[in-house]
Amino acid sequence: MLLPALLAAPALARAQGQARLVVVGGGFGGASAARFARMTAPEVAVTLIEPQPRFITCPYGNLVLGGLRDIESIAFGYERLAARGVRVVQDRALGIDPVARTVRLGGGDTLGYDRLILSPGIALRWNAIEGYDAAAAEMMPHAWIAGDGAQLRLLRRQLQALPEGGVVGIAIPPNPFRCPPGPYERISMIAAWLKRHRPRAKILALDAKERFSKQPLFQDAWRALYGGMIEWVPGNVDGRVVRVEPGAGVLETELGTRHRVDVANVIPPQSAAAVALDSGLADRTGWVPVDFRTFEARNAPGIHVIGDANQPGPMPKSGFVANNTAKQAVASALAALRGTAPPEGVYFNTCYSHVADDYGISIVGLFRPNADGSAVEESRDAGGTSPRGDLPEQRRLEARYADGWYESITADMFS
Amino acid sequence: MTHRLPIAAALLLALAGPSAAVAGPAPLAAQGCVGCHGPEGRGAGAVPALAGRDAAELQALLNAFRSGDRPATIMTRIVPGYSEEELAAVAAHFAGLR
Ligand SMILES: Cc1cc2nc3c(=O)[nH]c(=O)nc-3n(C[C@H](O)[C@H](O)[C@H](O)COP(=O)(O)OP(=O)(O)OC[C@H]3O[C@@H](n4cnc5c(N)ncnc54)[C@H](O)[C@@H]3O)c2cc1C
Ligand code: HEC
Repeated sequence: MLLPALLAAPALARAQGQARLVVVGGGFGGASAARFARMTAPEVAVTLIEPQPRFITCPYGNLVLGGLRDIESIAFGYERLAARGVRVVQDRALGIDPVARTVRLGGGDTLGYDRLILSPGIALRWNAIEGYDAAAAEMMPHAWIAGDGAQLRLLRRQLQALPEGGVVGIAIPPNPFRCPPGPYERISMIAAWLKRHRPRAKILALDAKERFSKQPLFQDAWRALYGGMIEWVPGNVDGRVVRVEPGAGVLETELGTRHRVDVANVIPPQSAAAVALDSGLADRTGWVPVDFRTFEARNAPGIHVIGDANQPGPMPKSGFVANNTAKQAVASALAALRGTAPPEGVYFNTCYSHVADDYGISIVGLFRPNADGSAVEESRDAGGTSPRGDLPEQRRLEARYADGWYESITADMFS
Repeated sequence: MTHRLPIAAALLLALAGPSAAVAGPAPLAAQGCVGCHGPEGRGAGAVPALAGRDAAELQALLNAFRSGDRPATIMTRIVPGYSEEELAAVAAHFAGLR
């Protein structure tokens, strides 16, 4: 073996013996990247920086609201990644210096890297909706960033305290945002819970958009399963929420209509997470432009930005895409370290949504980067949504396959 | 392109490169599949395992999804996006895992 001899060579400075891959963010993109790097490049030192001691997934959080899952079943620790040889650092990255190739941590340390994988997720744009800030979110939860699970628990408690005949208001942002079908799965899961426990309650969904992901499938299902419980108000008929009064439970829309609701779930407009903004990686849109062949940030060589933080395109901001593109980013980072060409990219997405316990629907997309990496193109030969129509067996099977997807992807991150 | 990689580290990578690539879950097209079929294609819940199955059998199943002969909830929407060569490589990859 040559390796031990090389490692022992006196000319090697300690930290320089191994190539250093640092991963910031231990969610869908970051945990997938760390695991994949250990599986495919055992010679590389992998460090994962994540402030939370465990990760609660946003996916299946809606099922918690529906009463189909409990929070413990969607929480994952980093022990197995550590056992695979990932150095897990429980800390927050405050800033990245792309020239010195260092990451500054909240605890005061500075970590050097040869390649950085950045997957910090999103930040909520406080006050993009007037009055909706961190304090307001304690009364009108977003439950759109999982964190320690407090937001999801709060929304669940509020639903449980809803009086019979009460109204649940949901404010839905314009594109682009995390998980395009997510708000509509949430409407469905809340309806499933209400149907069982508050059959006379109503859901008022105030949307900034006129159209949404899997819309015909969702609306068919809502009609069939939840009758008149759900009212969806699109942007062109004054659905866009522009102001909130948390104390009074008011959601105010563009034309000044004031909707008083008993529970308000406000999903505000979003941007890349703070560390991406603070490190100067994002452009004016609030997202990070990348080369879609390698996910390297356009303005910061050596930093691969994956997951929800990178610039929107036809690929949705989904956990599946974060997991899938994490691997291209890692493979590209390793190729750059070896001085070889990155692999050819082919990216894949499926978003399953649960509309009821035994009722699942899906959308599929397959994407390839264009020649200069400035965009990704969606395949016209594949993809699309589940078929419409009265297809109980298809719906039942897709709900079960969705559970398989969840088990699969979380194992691909944390096992 | 400039990579500020210490020479020793670059050397290590160059030495470990090709064998590591063979050991890993290449080709990357297969990474789309493991999102549902489980890490390393081991299966997950109701989604069938792919690892260790005969490559010809896997390819026959994929061809049947492509032609529409095998009814499916989702595979018929996935297979047409990949070339024959990609799927052959993916099938061979999963066949080689256990
Ligand atoms: C209700 C809901 C349902 C969803 N359902 C689905 C679904 O069914 N299927 C699907 O594919 N997707 C789904 N999604 C989308 C999915 O959750 C996101 O697309 C995915 O989490 C994006 O991965 P990410 O790595 O970019 O961010 P995350 O998974 O959010 O991970 C980011 C991590 O980075 C950490 N972090 C942040 N800042 C720092 C810092 N400065 N230093 C260190 N660490 C930091 C965070 O703590 C977090 O752990 C859903 C989302 C929601 C809200
Ligand atoms: C979104 C989830 C998902 C993805 C991604 C996916 N599959 Fe599947 N696969 C399924 C499901 C669900 C079935 C069961 C058939 C059906 O209903 O579509 C299946 C069935 C199969 C079968 C038939 C197995 C059997 O024993 O009947 C094969 C082979 C297969 N998939 C291969 C692949 C390959 C190769 C890929 C990647 C190119 C892939 N799958 C990607 C969900 C997925």
